[in-house]
Amino acid sequence: MYPTKYHKPASISDAVALLAGNDEAMILGGGQTLLATMKQHLAAPSDLVDIRAIKGMSGISTSDTALTIGAATTHADVAASKEVKKLCPALADLASHIGDPAVRSQGTIGGSIANNDPAADYPAAMLALAATIVTNKREIAADDFFLGQFTTALEEDEIITAVKVNAATKAAYAKFAQPASLFAMVGVFVAKGAAGVRVAITGAGDDGVFRHAGLEAALTADWSDSAVNEVAISADGLMSDLHGSAEYRANLIRVMAKRAVAAT
Amino acid sequence: MTKVSMNVNGKKVSRDVPDETLLSDFLREKLRLTGTHVGCDTSQCGACVVHVNGKAVKSCTTLAVSLEGAEVTTIEGLANGKELHPMQVAFNDNHGLQCGFCTPGMIMTSVDMVARYKAEGRKLTSDLIRQELEGNICRCTGYHNIVKSIEDASAKM
Repeated sequence: MYPTKYHKPASISDAVALLAGNDEAMILGGGQTLLATMKQHLAAPSDLVDIRAIKGMSGISTSDTALTIGAATTHADVAASKEVKKLCPALADLASHIGDPAVRSQGTIGGSIANNDPAADYPAAMLALAATIVTNKREIAADDFFLGQFTTALEEDEIITAVKVNAATKAAYAKFAQPASLFAMVGVFVAKGAAGVRVAITGAGDDGVFRHAGLEAALTADWSDSAVNEVAISADGLMSDLHGSAEYRANLIRVMAKRAVAAT
Repeated sequence: MTKVSMNVNGKKVSRDVPDETLLSDFLREKLRLTGTHVGCDTSQCGACVVHVNGKAVKSCTTLAVSLEGAEVTTIEGLANGKELHPMQVAFNDNHGLQCGFCTPGMIMTSVDMVARYKAEGRKLTSDLIRQELEGNICRCTGYHNIVKSIEDASAKM
């Protein structure tokens, strides 16, 4: 790992001051991606701004129908949360299958979303649940947030502080994990709620997480796994790599979509 | 360089270290606690698992300077004097190790696993143990006896 300078600001304004005008500074959450990337010399930030000690950055609060999850809340805490299990059990289930237990005890929801890894689990949940990403500057709808592999609407000195998720009437996530990395080769999150039927797919798209209009239309008409059979799922725009071809991934999208719907 | 102080196995320690120092290097190189092993350095093998504030973490993917004031337990801190922890006894009784390289991480992960399931009132089955060991790799292929060891210790902890 190249040398870096570590900072642990106690407030958002201190964190912003550390990031301002420093192109080489990066925000550190649980570090489960960033530190591993730094060890491989694929990232070399001059400064790390650890946002976990900022007041209000961790924890889960609820209203009758919505969850607000602090950006520095770990996957383990989301998975174990009684509130998340009650209002959005699919989200707790998704969090319980990210990486492994030691990764879940450190990795954070804000970090996962800000990184927008094309095979990460949380972006699919955010998109399908029509979540709102709250930053120190504004609120961003998930539809406007994920802009492509490792690319988001976040500005350089913008910090995710929380995500807001509305409870869905029905929701589930089905993942076909790459067995070594445990990242999704294909993950499909299906949700039916106030925002209608939404289906988001991770692990498969060349441009990262995306919604599937064909699946959404079919499941709006008939929420059943057999409805998924009739949907055309194109391999265009899907990833091909050593783990699987675009065609293989297209088939996995159908299989995972059926499993997810069957689980609701 | 940053001065970092933490409690490791019940003892307060302070060292000046470069900010990029990983907890695994801090433990092994600065404190000479070489029971914590580094197998892969890519956060996949789990040989480096220790407890930080009561939770299992991969010490090769944690910055030492981020742990000011933290409580850290390593494999060296698990036994009570000469009396081994029930998980250590179970690994011995059930031949839960072959070469032993992965064992410190296996045991630290397992202690956390059993404690977590007990706290949540969930029953730990052998299938669940195998799932929970997702982040710990044994290249002697000794998982069967590791699972047996954890089941054994789980009944005694």
